[in-house]
Amino acid sequence: MAKVNLNREPMAKQDPKIRGRNFNEVALGYSAEQAKAEASRCLQCPKHPCTDGCPVEINIPGFIKAILDDNMPEAVRILKDKNSLPGICGRVCPQETQCEQACSLAKKGAPIAIGRLERYVADWERTNMGALNPKAMPPKPTGKRVAVVGSGPAGLVASADLAKLGHSVTLFEALHVAGGVLMYGIPEFRLPKEIVQTEVAYVTSLGVKIELDSVVGKVVTLDELLKSGYHAIFLGTGAGAPMFMDIPGENLNGIYSANEFLTRVNLMKAYKFPEYDTPVVVGRRVAVIGGGNVAMDSARCALRLGADEVYIIYRRSEAEMPARREEVENAREEGIQFKLLTNPKRYIGNESGWVTGIECYEMELGEPDESGRRRPIVKQGSEFILEVDMVVAALGTRPNPLIAQTTPDLKTARHGTVIADEITGKTMKDKVWAGGDIVTGAATVISAMGAARRAARDIDEYLKGI
Amino acid sequence: MFRIIYRETLAAKIHLFKMEAPAIAKKAQAGQFVVVRIDDRGERIPLTLANWDGKEGSVTLVFMEVGATTFRLALLKAGDSVADLVGPLGVPTHIEKFGTVVCVAGGVGAAPIAPIARALKEKGNKIISILGARSKNLLFWEDKLRSVSHRLIVTTDDGTYGRKGVVTEPLKELLEGKEKIDRVIAIGPSIMMKFCALTTRPFGVKTIVSLNPIMVDGTGMCGCCRVSVGGVTKFACVDGPDFDGHQVDWDLLFARQRTYLNEEKRSFEQWQAQVGKRC
Ligand SMILES: Cc1cc2nc3c(=O)[nH]c(=O)nc-3n(C[C@H](O)[C@H](O)[C@H](O)COP(=O)(O)OP(=O)(O)OC[C@H]3O[C@@H](n4cnc5c(N)ncnc54)[C@H](O)[C@@H]3O)c2cc1C
Ligand SMILES: Cc1cc2nc3c(=O)[nH]c(=O)nc-3n(C[C@H](O)[C@H](O)[C@H](O)COP(=O)(O)OP(=O)(O)OC[C@H]3O[C@@H](n4cnc5c(N)ncnc54)[C@H](O)[C@@H]3O)c2cc1C
Ligand code: SF4
Ligand code: SF4
Ligand code: FES
Repeated sequence: MAKVNLNREPMAKQDPKIRGRNFNEVALGYSAEQAKAEASRCLQCPKHPCTDGCPVEINIPGFIKAILDDNMPEAVRILKDKNSLPGICGRVCPQETQCEQACSLAKKGAPIAIGRLERYVADWERTNMGALNPKAMPPKPTGKRVAVVGSGPAGLVASADLAKLGHSVTLFEALHVAGGVLMYGIPEFRLPKEIVQTEVAYVTSLGVKIELDSVVGKVVTLDELLKSGYHAIFLGTGAGAPMFMDIPGENLNGIYSANEFLTRVNLMKAYKFPEYDTPVVVGRRVAVIGGGNVAMDSARCALRLGADEVYIIYRRSEAEMPARREEVENAREEGIQFKLLTNPKRYIGNESGWVTGIECYEMELGEPDESGRRRPIVKQGSEFILEVDMVVAALGTRPNPLIAQTTPDLKTARHGTVIADEITGKTMKDKVWAGGDIVTGAATVISAMGAARRAARDIDEYLKGI
Repeated sequence: MFRIIYRETLAAKIHLFKMEAPAIAKKAQAGQFVVVRIDDRGERIPLTLANWDGKEGSVTLVFMEVGATTFRLALLKAGDSVADLVGPLGVPTHIEKFGTVVCVAGGVGAAPIAPIARALKEKGNKIISILGARSKNLLFWEDKLRSVSHRLIVTTDDGTYGRKGVVTEPLKELLEGKEKIDRVIAIGPSIMMKFCALTTRPFGVKTIVSLNPIMVDGTGMCGCCRVSVGGVTKFACVDGPDFDGHQVDWDLLFARQRTYLNEEKRSFEQWQAQVGKRC
């Protein structure tokens, strides 16, 4: 075996000082040479532990070899065999806890940059293959109709898979664009919206009909859909309802949920106000509460909108932060300040109802809790005041109850998640499947896609039998 | 795209649009609203359903020009379309037989209250309506409200039509009168709803108001529409918009409604300048 190369090929990024003021993509992607250099480090392990670390079991050594062989169409084919949204996953998957963690070279601290290679292949496809992609033979129509609700990664994958099998699919989306969190949550500088819309266009090209502006549970209920002739329903409505801490002052002006802030900025393009009509107020000193991807995205958006100081306030330590490591590093490079082991006690406002400060506690870590992470405990008497003029609460989300409220026989668990079989996604309600954040609570793009794919398979089995 | 089938100007700066929206029309109930977005640059604004027709597949909206979006909306003609119309959103107004219900409408509130009064009347309630406006040129739908009420009192602040004064005056007289009032429903500017609630409170008459905080999605996704009712935070778009007026934290509502005053002004001026140039 050749000598193992432990030099991970770095990916070029925009300079932190410059990117902190624009919404263009931060990471610039590999060149062909870089991709090959990185691919050449792969050991082609016969047992491919990397594949086991990927929730959708991509043949990772296979696509990497195709890059080395200069056979890009083959690399695309291998990736797409398991993952219909590689351009998205390559950018946003938490690789360090999935494929790259499992890579044989991880022990040596230099796993293959699988995500970056995946992104490289997907971007190659977008620029080169569109035209040369031979139109697949349309499948024979089965005459079966499926309603898919929600157009996030789960809904898009379920729709595509079912349409490819010849079923007639209608995708219902509450918002005015399709894409779910990929459109309204994850910012442009991390996931260009054009990439998401390319995937949406692909789904439409398979014959899927997308009904925007359709809030299921309001304009039509699940039972009405079934009665009107749909043979099955897949629910991929995510976990879009924001949580708050329920502490004094939380409704002051200038305190946004991350969902509201990110929706205004990303979906409604408030960063281009007044060219776009939707405004957003950005403070000079901004605090973001939370330690996940949502918190990092909010903090980095606030910076890009012109805030002078942006703080992340997180009640545990950096080791417990659920955000992707790469994004924590990016945030730090851009100048986001981390106030760890800190938690808000209450918000302070002025006479006109605007937030002016946060009274915080210092925290310390105790014994591990149910999540396996050490439980944060308030340090008594440690209160201090942080002056801020804007706050974004990124405290987690839960499924929106609109559908469950109008569908009594759809069973839900604590926190409103829909109960569904772990493998098949079948819910307790006849003819209804579910997958993604609606079942698991806020999780990842790739897990939502995996669940949708398994559910689509089970729905297809069911449709064949009726 | 959602087409405007018919439009009419009802009063100064108050317009009616009948929109093609068959799916919404089929499900609409009194007290619900829709979210409108004019085009790709537009923001999402909530407007209450003033009427709907399941057979025709249409919904009717009545709005007042107060800022950029409503100004832009008012420039549209019959046959034009808006990009998005989402609904019916919100919990429908609670309709049952209460007895005697006073429906108080202020300004543009005459539109949303009409279907509520109609539904309550159909349930067998006695409806006394109070319709108020600042001045005669802002009054509309007097006939419509009369047709769904047993009695109608009209007021104008400046006395140019009907009784001179504000709506809370006849409301107070009704509460003090012989007839038992079982419920009050007040829809209009926030300040008017607050004063209606203050008027009814000493009489212990349940008073429902339809809150109008700033909204974005209207589906419970953003929390922009947070209001505090009975000390508990609610999302007006999914928990309301109807709430018990005696429990509402009005100061919080007023403060939050003022969040974007500066931006609203800037946006409005920009649009006026742009449209001015075009003409
Ligand atoms: C800011 C942010 C950053 C993130 N960063 C990452 C990351 O870096 N990596 C990662 O893997 N994951 C990340 N995630 C998590 C990831 O985006 C989600 O786990 C994933 O999008 C879940 O997909 P889904 O299809 O289940 O739901 P969603 O993407 O939430 O899509 C659900 C869709 O359903 C629609 N809907 C809801 N209710 C209804 C209804 N009643 N009728 C019709 N439509 C409805 C919604 O409008 C939405 O479009 C992030 C999430 C956020 C918010
Ligand atoms: C549930 C609900 C139902 C409503 N029904 C009607 C109706 O039937 N007819 C009608 O004329 N008006 C109605 N409104 C108010 C209407 O939504 C606002 O007048 C409109 O959004 C103003 O937009 P603008 O850009 O023209 O004005 P702006 O300049 O943006 O704002 C002017 C005023 O409108 C308020 N406002 C601004 N944006 C919003 C928003 N997105 N949501 C709510 N309020 C906002 C502001 O607090 C401000 O006081 C309703 C509001 C709600 C919440
Ligand atoms: S989909 Fe995600 S986990 Fe799987 S190989 Fe790609 S980046 Fe890794
Ligand atoms: S484990 Fe790592 S080195 Fe081995 S095949 Fe997978 S990517 Fe290549
Ligand atoms: S408007 Fe977004 S939650 Fe109510």
